[in-house]
Amino acid sequence: MKMTGAEMVSELLLEQGVDTVFGYPGGTALNLYDALYEYQGKIRHILTAHEQGAAHAADGYARATGKVGVVMATSGPGACNLVTGIATAFMDSIPMVAITANVADELIGRDAFQEIYITGVTLPITKHNFFVNNIKDLPDAIRQAFRIAQSGRKGPVLVDITKDVTGMMTSFEATGPYPVKELPKSDPDTLLEVAHLINKAKQPIVYYGGGVAASDGGPALRELLEKADMPGAYTIMAAGVLGYEEKRNLGLIGMHGSVTSNKTLDQADLILALGTRFSDRVAQNMKKFGSKATIVQVDIDNSEINKNVIVDKSLVCDVKDFIEKIIPLVDKQERTDWFEKIKKWEDNSYKPVDDDTCLKPHQLIGKICSMTEEDSVYVTDVGQHQIWAAQFIKHIKPKSFITSGGLGTMGFGYGASIGAKIACPEKRVIHITGDGSFHMNMNEACTAVTNNLPIISVIFNNKVLGMVYQWQGVFYNKRYSQTTVERKTDYVKVAEGFGAKGYRASNLAEFEKVFAKALKDEGPVWIECLIDKEEKVLPMIPNGGTVDDMILG
Amino acid sequence: MTLKKEVISILVDNQFNVLSRISSLIGRRGFNIDTITASATQNPDITRITIGFSGNEQSLAQILTQMAKLEIVREIYVLDPNESVFRELLLIKMKADKSNRGAIIEIVDIYRAKIIDLSKDSMIIELTGAPEKIDGFMKMLDCYEMVEFCRTGVTGIHRGVREYTRFED
Repeated sequence: MKMTGAEMVSELLLEQGVDTVFGYPGGTALNLYDALYEYQGKIRHILTAHEQGAAHAADGYARATGKVGVVMATSGPGACNLVTGIATAFMDSIPMVAITANVADELIGRDAFQEIYITGVTLPITKHNFFVNNIKDLPDAIRQAFRIAQSGRKGPVLVDITKDVTGMMTSFEATGPYPVKELPKSDPDTLLEVAHLINKAKQPIVYYGGGVAASDGGPALRELLEKADMPGAYTIMAAGVLGYEEKRNLGLIGMHGSVTSNKTLDQADLILALGTRFSDRVAQNMKKFGSKATIVQVDIDNSEINKNVIVDKSLVCDVKDFIEKIIPLVDKQERTDWFEKIKKWEDNSYKPVDDDTCLKPHQLIGKICSMTEEDSVYVTDVGQHQIWAAQFIKHIKPKSFITSGGLGTMGFGYGASIGAKIACPEKRVIHITGDGSFHMNMNEACTAVTNNLPIISVIFNNKVLGMVYQWQGVFYNKRYSQTTVERKTDYVKVAEGFGAKGYRASNLAEFEKVFAKALKDEGPVWIECLIDKEEKVLPMIPNGGTVDDMILG
Repeated sequence: MTLKKEVISILVDNQFNVLSRISSLIGRRGFNIDTITASATQNPDITRITIGFSGNEQSLAQILTQMAKLEIVREIYVLDPNESVFRELLLIKMKADKSNRGAIIEIVDIYRAKIIDLSKDSMIIELTGAPEKIDGFMKMLDCYEMVEFCRTGVTGIHRGVREYTRFED
């Protein structure tokens, strides 16, 4: 069949099962968008306020579904605006395909209007990228892009297409997508050795991360923890893999992790690290991390083994395959002594104090949880509110805690919420944000309004850039450099200006009232929640510290 | 910690900006490389990149596994010094006149180097050999006045026919 390069892009997207694209048009993308006009019955295009919002939306879509998120942008500034979004997806191993247009091939390298070498710009933040200036290469590039994005450790891939290619007519053959690379399986001998280590360990812990979430390994992990009677502690990327109330799930680990998780890991004689990369927010002191323990690392990415912390044993395989295969090999046992020790730490751990006269972050999040459906999707921005959300949200289902873990991108939340809501229209989407993060990309309210997306943005407004403010308070002698923002934004009015609803709350009773209203409202809602600026994220371990340096108040 | 010198051979797809993909990774991860060379192979679709690298065991494993993840990398392996030959080419320009020309020629002869250009007050010498030999030669020339030099960086190949260890991503 004869068609233009642009039509071919649409056909190739359909071939991959893509029905939703986030993006923003522009000069060099005219042909691409002209084809989308023709395919509008088959491919839904969500226009955002800014390309960064589109990239975060594609990312949120991918996180909520496990499918590849697709974003499209024009050359030059359009492509550049995707960069933060692509980097965010890259750091958290989120499958994404970014399609950018570039100037016509004859203008490449001549500093043409809106020309940018985006394949060069995105080299270090993509798994791979393609520059297509010959229509013959177009089908292969797009099929490869989808294959690479979903193979092994997932991640973003960019395809840059010159404008002349999108306009050229040629014949197209729908051969179908390329098969995704098969995941490596766990080595049987090493499995036996690890099972033996688990069986003879007195004080084991499973330290698990985003890899378990990405491989849908939650149910298997629960079974393993039950059978071998082991505690588990998770990184922020694995929030929601196991239930918050589950006895063996000790909570978040690392810099702002629970006392119990951090003490348990520190005292463990065996650390089973599953789908996690010993990042500096967890293994803050890489030399002392788990120094009393034998460490076993299971990861799909060979380069993660021994990258940050030297381990005693490792398996490079699909982490779900590992968990499922090790379950029959471990002894059923009861580690009563170990859990008694853990309980003592739990009894003495940090517990925030309630106060109904103002808004306490833990109570606010508790209230949100008690009033929302169990399968709600929570999306955060970055900062104090993000950690409070990770610490206190009581019911998170898999793929339902969407946060920028690795890159820590402020402004991620609104776009990602839009992507999540588009992906899961039947689910409640709650966007938990701070006044700092929200100011970065609140412009996406227009996207939420246009598409009538009932996303509730709960804005934790403490009138400071809270996380940095907290660090300046503790480590910089209260020299609050550029963190007391003094903004006069009237969130209710701004929300209304965008065509959304806006509410305000300064105590729990007020919040309950407006949140109940928001849950019934049809379009997007903002709720400004006034928080004291001295509220801290606790516990905290300073950079490079260990559990012994933990600050509790 | 003492750094060990290794030579890594990488077979990559011969395509647009393949060298920038490799060097971008080196820059991003802060790998401590000494030399990098790229050259054709018998297969026009494949380019060979040879990297001289200084590091410990952990950083060597990192450069191998991180490189192996690049889509363009088909094969990557460390050249075992006991089973490989390494060569590098040196071009060095020395200030030399009738007072010291003879002395320099003596060193050139001992190292079996070649004088490829000669003028009244300078000469250009060519030497091919293992990097250590070139280091030694340059040390010997230290006491004479050098104008400039360039070294191609190490390239190497295994002796005999063997299977390589593959690093799969």
